Amino acid sequence: MIEARSLTKTFRDKKRGEIRAVEDLSFRVEPGRIYGLLGANGAGKTTALRLLATLLQPTSGTATVAGFDVVAEPARVRANVGFLATSTALYGRLTARETIAYFGRLNGLPDAEIAARIQRLADELDLHEFLDRRCEKFSTGMKQKTSIARTLIHDPAVMIFDEPTLGLDVMAARSVVRFVRECRARGKTVIYSTHVMSEVEKLCDTIGIIHGGRLLAEDTLAGLRARTGEQDMEEIFVRIAGTEAVA
Amino acid sequence: MNGKNIATVYGKELRDSLRDRRTLLSMIIIPLLVVPVLVYAVSRIGSRAYASAREEIPVVMLLGGADSPRTVAALRQSPRFRIVSEAAGYRQLISDKKIRAAVQIPPGFDAGLGAGAARPVVILHYQGELKSGFAVGEIEAFFRDVREKAVTASLAAHGLPASLVTPFAVQRENVAPPEKVGGNAIGGLVPYLIIMLCFTGAVYPAIDLTAGEKERGTMETLLCSPVARVDIVLGKFFTVLTSSLCAIGLSLLSMALTMALAGAGIGATVRGALPPLDPLGLAGVLAMVLPVAVLFSALLLTIALCAKSSKEAQTYLTPLAFVVLLPVAVGLLPGIELNSRLALVPILNLSLVCKEMLSGVWHWNYIALIFGSTCAYAGVALALAVRMFNREDVLFRS
Repeated sequence: MIEARSLTKTFRDKKRGEIRAVEDLSFRVEPGRIYGLLGANGAGKTTALRLLATLLQPTSGTATVAGFDVVAEPARVRANVGFLATSTALYGRLTARETIAYFGRLNGLPDAEIAARIQRLADELDLHEFLDRRCEKFSTGMKQKTSIARTLIHDPAVMIFDEPTLGLDVMAARSVVRFVRECRARGKTVIYSTHVMSEVEKLCDTIGIIHGGRLLAEDTLAGLRARTGEQDMEEIFVRIAGTEAVA
Repeated sequence: MNGKNIATVYGKELRDSLRDRRTLLSMIIIPLLVVPVLVYAVSRIGSRAYASAREEIPVVMLLGGADSPRTVAALRQSPRFRIVSEAAGYRQLISDKKIRAAVQIPPGFDAGLGAGAARPVVILHYQGELKSGFAVGEIEAFFRDVREKAVTASLAAHGLPASLVTPFAVQRENVAPPEKVGGNAIGGLVPYLIIMLCFTGAVYPAIDLTAGEKERGTMETLLCSPVARVDIVLGKFFTVLTSSLCAIGLSLLSMALTMALAGAGIGATVRGALPPLDPLGLAGVLAMVLPVAVLFSALLLTIALCAKSSKEAQTYLTPLAFVVLLPVAVGLLPGIELNSRLALVPILNLSLVCKEMLSGVWHWNYIALIFGSTCAYAGVALALAVRMFNREDVLFRS
């Protein structure tokens, strides 16, 4: 489970002064559910997810992830999180097997267990063909599959996806979406950030619309449709976030 | 701090680095090749240039001497140089290296020589130019002969023996072993080379493991793991240190091999360029360079981490190379002696103490002071690296 309570993050910029990237963000995601964080570029999605993954420390407020506090127990939070983003790349000079095994070791798994899990993940994600090839030669789809295996090696209870389909072709993006659904089916708590409206419609049980670092609305797709009187997700988003958000 | 996690990060980084051609180049290839290539190139090119300059018969212009036919005839007959007649603009001709020197015979030289009152002979030359220097040497040797013959003739005329002007000879005898002689001759260059390789061996991995990772997007992947940041930075630090030490170790190995080959008579010209060095002195240099390698590794890691791309990191680290080489170059200057104040100046202290150790001088108080102070600087640099690794504005700079 994820529970964010008044999460706030400010950055200091020499030119722009103090920037509130995330402000008073509160939401809750239950196991077996996908929470979609929808927002334009620069809305604060990535900062919010980095706070949950303990890559950044909140300026105020806190969150619990899989029962652990992000401020007090960051290492235990990370041990229970799988974080997949466009900014989380692979080591080009390592093979897919070496990469996945490395993260298994970093998560404290014994070698025998790692080998067994890699075998299982390779079966599930169809990695066998390129498992022992260096990642630098991979296609985008191969890279994405390897990244997914990397996030799953320690079988985390919580999955955090930050625009995971950005820059992917249709087939690779579809396999990511399928994988996110499988995570939900396995009972994992999933938070999924995107600015692609169609993905939100397809995937998310609850949608949070974020703009200027603030959560402007949170509901199911049906709830948001009822609230705005719009059917199309893009129209819903424009209604809530205002035209500036999508400009 | 978790030793197992540090070892895991170190193992991965080392494997990753060993698959990178640029790291291999700075860590293994350059240190292995730089000493033999440098020594062979310098000795071969140097000896060839010297031999070719020596073989040339210098062209020397004769100025004056119309009333000294004996001396002029002897000069023209000498096989040591080729005399050409006076021409206008001889100073420019020397500067342009058209002639190597000019010799000015004063008026009445022959007559004055017989009476023991000749005016001085003036040699015009190009200072610092090798071939002009050889010409000057030959002319001086010629006139030394002329002087000695004049003195001998004068002594004989008075019934005195020629040995009267040289009643005794002075001979030199070296008592220092060849290793110490070698240490004195190139003792300053060895630490220069080692410090340079220690630095260059650490530069590329430091950039690749920090700014390079940020640029490629793998830093964030790594930070998502439950491993503490101090473990990550130490794993990376030990990789950079390994590369630096590897560069030093291989350069010393290649230096030893080059010396052994030269000692065995393979490449005889090398012997002059790389005299034998005291193995104990070399071991001392290696021990003293260890904390400097730690200092470089931590410092380079910290600075490179502040950059958001490899290119930016290179921009930061290139000037640092000059900062490092400046104290080493100062240490090479004659007359700079190690004292308690200089013993606290990082890198310069190492350069000076290594020069002493290779010459067989062991000032244990300075050695302890230098080792201790460098360890302290290295500790501060490492603490700084860990601190920087915990700063969000450094890790997620965009």
